[in-house]
Amino acid sequence: MADLELIRSTLRLATPLILAAMGGILSERSGVVNIALEGMMLAGAFFGMLGSYWTGNPWIGVTLGMAAGGLLGLIHAALTQRTKLNHIVSGVALNIFALGLTTYLLRRVFTHAGSSPPVNGLQNWSLGLGRIPVVDQVIGDQNPLFYLAVVIVIGLGFMLFRTPIGLRLRSAGENPEAARSAGIRVGMARYLAVTASGVLGGLAGAYLSLGQLNMFAEGMSGGRGFIALAAVIFGKWNPYGAAGAALFFGFFDALQMRLQGQAILGITIPSEFMLMLPYVLTIIALAGFVGKAVAPAALGKED
Amino acid sequence: MRRILAIAANPLAALGLAFGVASIVIVISGENPLSSFGAMFAGALGSGPALSETLIKTIPLAISGLAVALGLRAGLFNIGVEGQLLVGGLAAAYAGYAIELPAVAHIPVCIAAGVIGGMIWGYLPGILKAGRGVHEVISTIMLNYIAFYLTHYLVTHQLKDVHTMAPQTPAIHPTAVLPQISQSGLHWGILIAGLCVLWFAFFLSRSVKGFELKAVGQGPDAARASGISVPGMIVLAMVLSGGLAGLAGSVEVLGVHHKFYDQFSPGYGFDSIAVAILGGNTAIGTALSALLFGALRNGAIGMQLATNTPKEIVTLIQAIVIVFAGMRLLGRTQAVPSPPEGEGRGGGPHG
Repeated sequence: MADLELIRSTLRLATPLILAAMGGILSERSGVVNIALEGMMLAGAFFGMLGSYWTGNPWIGVTLGMAAGGLLGLIHAALTQRTKLNHIVSGVALNIFALGLTTYLLRRVFTHAGSSPPVNGLQNWSLGLGRIPVVDQVIGDQNPLFYLAVVIVIGLGFMLFRTPIGLRLRSAGENPEAARSAGIRVGMARYLAVTASGVLGGLAGAYLSLGQLNMFAEGMSGGRGFIALAAVIFGKWNPYGAAGAALFFGFFDALQMRLQGQAILGITIPSEFMLMLPYVLTIIALAGFVGKAVAPAALGKED
Repeated sequence: MRRILAIAANPLAALGLAFGVASIVIVISGENPLSSFGAMFAGALGSGPALSETLIKTIPLAISGLAVALGLRAGLFNIGVEGQLLVGGLAAAYAGYAIELPAVAHIPVCIAAGVIGGMIWGYLPGILKAGRGVHEVISTIMLNYIAFYLTHYLVTHQLKDVHTMAPQTPAIHPTAVLPQISQSGLHWGILIAGLCVLWFAFFLSRSVKGFELKAVGQGPDAARASGISVPGMIVLAMVLSGGLAGLAGSVEVLGVHHKFYDQFSPGYGFDSIAVAILGGNTAIGTALSALLFGALRNGAIGMQLATNTPKEIVTLIQAIVIVFAGMRLLGRTQAVPSPPEGEGRGGGPHG
């Protein structure tokens, strides 16, 4: 069952990417560029760990991690909408802020650098699908946040394309002028979307410290926020597409961990090249060599 | 005098606010901001060796800060300085150990290798933007990680020093080492950084290309109307920016480490964003703010030893400086203008 294990670890590694990518879609569909996902994940990972460390309850950690990400989202919304700070500048500052704050607090709270002590993590949920062999082995016993991620992808897809709220959100990102003249409160829509984006980024980060390692390590988001952004672009700002891209990136991460430099079909692909794959593919996708990725029209613009 | 004050007022306000917020963070975490910043000051400037170490840290910050500033003057946000610095540093180290030459030729060859390495890594996002409308912010973020994994792969395989377990290149030949000015380790890179500042000022204020580059930054449409090749200037700006970043990496390798190793840069390429923005994207402003952040980075180490305040308080200060100085400098103006051709053709994302 070695190959089923590869699928399982694909799902494990894709979960934080999916969660953060959904956050990215929310923000960007409303017209706000969000390169701060990386920082939101890092903050979510740290405060997730801290909540579990303080209370022993990983779910309180998850909540605290989501709150921390949401707060960063709110700041991003306020900076970009209220003070009209350039979206990229705000995102860069928030990423640096999150890195500084989490490392600062890690040293201050635990007096030693590098990583936190182990904390209580999230236990897997067993769905009791024992009678369905393959399905049970793949998704019958996964992290609760994996199931949550599936629900969020479907929910976001429905919300964006099947509800009036989704229509308003998308119109804020496509044509804020028209949206405003149709009575939509564009600023409010963006505040909500970007804050929710931060909550999802924080949740993705909490998964790293409470669903995978059960501890926090300095800079542990390790570029996953940017891979999530890549998944958003690769999935053409569509929840299902982005989730698919996240699974694809997760698969190569799992494969890379599995192979550890071993040959596959007689060819050895160094793990570094597999790790850089999401980044390379994103550039190729953006350059339009495999279907042009088109962003929401008013993304990043002053409205 | 009044004019100078008017220019300095805003960056100083940004700095004041940043230190204010940092003080609050220090108070909340149960330390004394005054003694913390006092220890930081002593660690940065309190003695000859401390001052020397501050200047050593200023060198890569100044050169890479100019790289960011040059991009921003052309309206391009080069977040890829870290990646360009890694590629340039590795190229310089390779030329330093693989080639044998007398010092008079070896140092320039190594520096040229590093600059060209950085230029190539800057050319990619430049041509992707000019030719395919790919927003440089996204492509440079991606290229940072590609550079990180690529250099990591090379220093663990082909370019690895076989005599050690560590992921690093062999030491460069003594002929490639930038000579030291003082006993305390300050090297001639300080002169190179100074020349970069002069070149930057001259290029933007006295040369035709520099004028065209600024024109593109102020408004691609107007620049195009006056006959400037906007795609050409985008590529040129990214190549020059990448070249400066590569130079920063080379000088650090040739002057300080004398080899390339994984993570030899403690994030100079990211610090450089705050350096450029606080410096108002000007030559002298960037040099001064590099000196400031060199002092903060260096002083923070002393502060961490003397007090319970972790050195990462400087990272927090940087983030806040970017927000406040960025509001004045880049807030309402378009720091990241739409790709000139991109939009009409369906655009890059984040257009």
